[in-house]
Amino acid sequence: MTYLDYEIGAPIKDEKAPGGPVAERWDRRRFEAKLVNPANRRKHTVIVVGTGLAGGSAGATLAEQGYRVVQFCYQDSPRRAHSIAAQGGINAAKNYRNDGDSVHRLFYDTVKGGDFRARESNVHRLAQISVEIIDQCVAQGVPFAREYGGLLDTRSFGGVQVSRTFYARGQTGQQLLLGAYQALSRQIAAGNVEMHPRTEMLDLIVVDGRARGIVARDLISGEISTHFADAVVLASGGYGNVFYLSTNAMNSNATAIWRAHRRGAYFANPCFTQIHPTCIPRTGDHQSKLTLMSESLRNDGRIWVPRARGDRRPPHEIPEDERDYYLERIYPSFGNLVPRDIASRAAKNVCDEGRGVGPGGQGVYLDFADAIRRMGRKAVEEKYGNLFDMYERITAENPYEVPMRIYPAVHYTMGGLWVDYDLQTTVPGLFAIGEANFSDHGANRLGASALMQGLADGYFVLPSTINDYLARAPRSEPVAEDHPAVREAVTGTRDRLARLLAVDGDRTPDSFHREVGELMWEFCGMARTEEGLRKALDRIPRIREEFWRRIKVPGTGEEFNQSLEKANRIVDYLELAELMCLDALHRSESCGGHFREESQTPDGEAARKDDEFAYAAAWEFTGGAPVLHKEDLVFEYVHPTQRSYA
Amino acid sequence: MKLTLRVWRQKNADAPGAMATYEVDGISEDMSFLEMLDTLNEELILRGEDPVAFDHDCREGICGACSLVINGDAHGPERTTSCQLHMRSFEDGDTIDVEPWRAAAFPVVRDLVVDRSAFDRIIQAGGYISAPTGSAPEAHATPVPKADADFAFEHAECIGCGACVAACPNGSAMLFTSAKVNHLNVLPQGAPERETRVLDMVRVMDEEGFGGCTLTGECATACPKGIPLPSIAAMNKEWLRANRKAPRRG
Repeated sequence: MTYLDYEIGAPIKDEKAPGGPVAERWDRRRFEAKLVNPANRRKHTVIVVGTGLAGGSAGATLAEQGYRVVQFCYQDSPRRAHSIAAQGGINAAKNYRNDGDSVHRLFYDTVKGGDFRARESNVHRLAQISVEIIDQCVAQGVPFAREYGGLLDTRSFGGVQVSRTFYARGQTGQQLLLGAYQALSRQIAAGNVEMHPRTEMLDLIVVDGRARGIVARDLISGEISTHFADAVVLASGGYGNVFYLSTNAMNSNATAIWRAHRRGAYFANPCFTQIHPTCIPRTGDHQSKLTLMSESLRNDGRIWVPRARGDRRPPHEIPEDERDYYLERIYPSFGNLVPRDIASRAAKNVCDEGRGVGPGGQGVYLDFADAIRRMGRKAVEEKYGNLFDMYERITAENPYEVPMRIYPAVHYTMGGLWVDYDLQTTVPGLFAIGEANFSDHGANRLGASALMQGLADGYFVLPSTINDYLARAPRSEPVAEDHPAVREAVTGTRDRLARLLAVDGDRTPDSFHREVGELMWEFCGMARTEEGLRKALDRIPRIREEFWRRIKVPGTGEEFNQSLEKANRIVDYLELAELMCLDALHRSESCGGHFREESQTPDGEAARKDDEFAYAAAWEFTGGAPVLHKEDLVFEYVHPTQRSYA
Repeated sequence: MKLTLRVWRQKNADAPGAMATYEVDGISEDMSFLEMLDTLNEELILRGEDPVAFDHDCREGICGACSLVINGDAHGPERTTSCQLHMRSFEDGDTIDVEPWRAAAFPVVRDLVVDRSAFDRIIQAGGYISAPTGSAPEAHATPVPKADADFAFEHAECIGCGACVAACPNGSAMLFTSAKVNHLNVLPQGAPERETRVLDMVRVMDEEGFGGCTLTGECATACPKGIPLPSIAAMNKEWLRANRKAPRRG
């Protein structure tokens, strides 16, 4: 039996969002949710996996509320989670610019930008909370950019026409993360958070149908340990590293969410991945990761390629009338600021036509010559200086003089563990926040919305909703180490690692990671076809079989062993990749970042099929062919239309 | 390019370490330094040897994980992180020494990996503003002069990599500590904890075994984020001010 024999199971529904006007639902939910008496909170332990924007803010806030928090990260310090690399900014409906912004507009833009595949209740809550996030971060000392009058500066960002993005030069993610890290540090010092750095979650422990703990490996000593709690929160990020080359950090991985999926948490919309249009092109086979350039660059940079195929002249020798500013031409009202999926696909199209630039023709120009003429070099430097420096360090080209070359790369995954309005997965007591869940971005995420969602989930949503679970859950007995469910999880983990070490084959972990990544990029990347996806679904089980026959992992499990860490993560990528391809195959419409070549409008835009596919696809793990549960999406406020950015 | 690498190998914190020599070939000048090490590690794995352990994650110069002393310089010859150093900075035939951060407060974990948790404990001592979630006033309630905001940002850029400590002949963490003290102490939001912050952070910094500062300036030269040397003077001023004020607070 293969994945293609999947079955359709019972529909799934979010039972937690109250009815009534969308703007009042979050208030109502908070009121209806049960609370935990402050004096009783100390008696509850919550495990948080990950210390990025979502995990760091959740851990700090839960501890402030009085819960006992036990937190994990694979990095040597919680300050290094990959949220730190986010550059551009964070959206908030403050309307400080008086330019017509509002909570409702941010809600509307996010649902539309997500191509009508997100849940309205969740998105509206996100827009409401956005304004509180800015207040919170400023109070923590996050040094956002300011005007000369001392007030906060904002800028506009990909896909919207208002200026609602708050930023800290090109390091907004770093500054927001350090804010959360510092709040978390304060709670660690106060003894409210027990922090385990360099410790990786390798399995979820489910006892009597509830998430009660995790199995983790100490990455220095190799020791396998168990940790128990009343609830488990996964804030372990996305799964973009399935593609091998992505803008994710090298060690970002899918193990926590995939292992939770195997334990019963449904995985929703795994094929919804975002390909970011402005990354630095690869230089050769040695490439280990890709670097993103903030898309704020598209505010002032103009994207173009030569009009003629195969034009190999250096950019300054190509006269104005032989250049094709293709985004401005095709989308005159949004121009270079169209949403990410559209900008990425357009770049792929011009490169497929043979008009790409740079080595291998896999690049397009992002040109600041006009901006420098208009604003002066100094103003450009002020706005983008650190990004230009970064570009020059990597490429040895000076973008003040030569146009940048950019190409799309995998950047973010909108799919993730299915959660209800309370951010609880289908396993009671297991919550997923930030990029690890699927909830708010639909089929495409707007720029500067990931930071907003991570912090909304961690600072405000989860700390409210988890109370309800803890207050209603039956008073749980401590979990015994020798409980069969614990023993099974620990033994399974030990066996998996032992097996990896025992194969002693002739191929390195990276060689397999690269192989599956290239396959995914080719068949489950920017444009997908039934034929290609079937090919990938045929190949992946064979790569997996070869992996378990030929993998070579040196050393032992009882030591610091980075090859073992890597190989163990690839085990999960090789399973997740298959589910992603199946999801992409079954969704024979195009929507947002998911572009099926069979489903496009006459002018090449993504064509949704709302009659058939206006649902979130939540997959259940069975060990064999998975079961698909559909959550119908109802749009009461933002009515689906064909997105148009012309 | 063909290169000779001399790399520090040390099995664990307790084992003795030594430099080991490796040859690598087919290195492209577009590779990052870490991609060059990846190439070496792929070969070592296939030969059945232990690959060289090194910390790295984002590989875009912001997470602060990578931490190599290259030819005696923290992060190598360019003013950037090890991951953003490219092989075009070297010549074909070069011999390159690769070592871990060397400092009493950063014990070696394995090969090129060190334990920098002392930095986390310095932040835990006071490198924050106490603003529990939900307690914040409206963001525009307190304007911050642009010059102060820029000063705060300049110091907040620190990535906590530890190059300052590795470069300092005394293994001092003054630049790291001062970056956080200055970031928070200049802001109106940071004012209520201004004195306790600097006193507590400096105390823990000393307890963690970092050396004293003799203003050699090596830290600021090695810092990939350009935290300026006067940052240390500014922290000393904060520390003196706090000490003068402390008795009055009773």
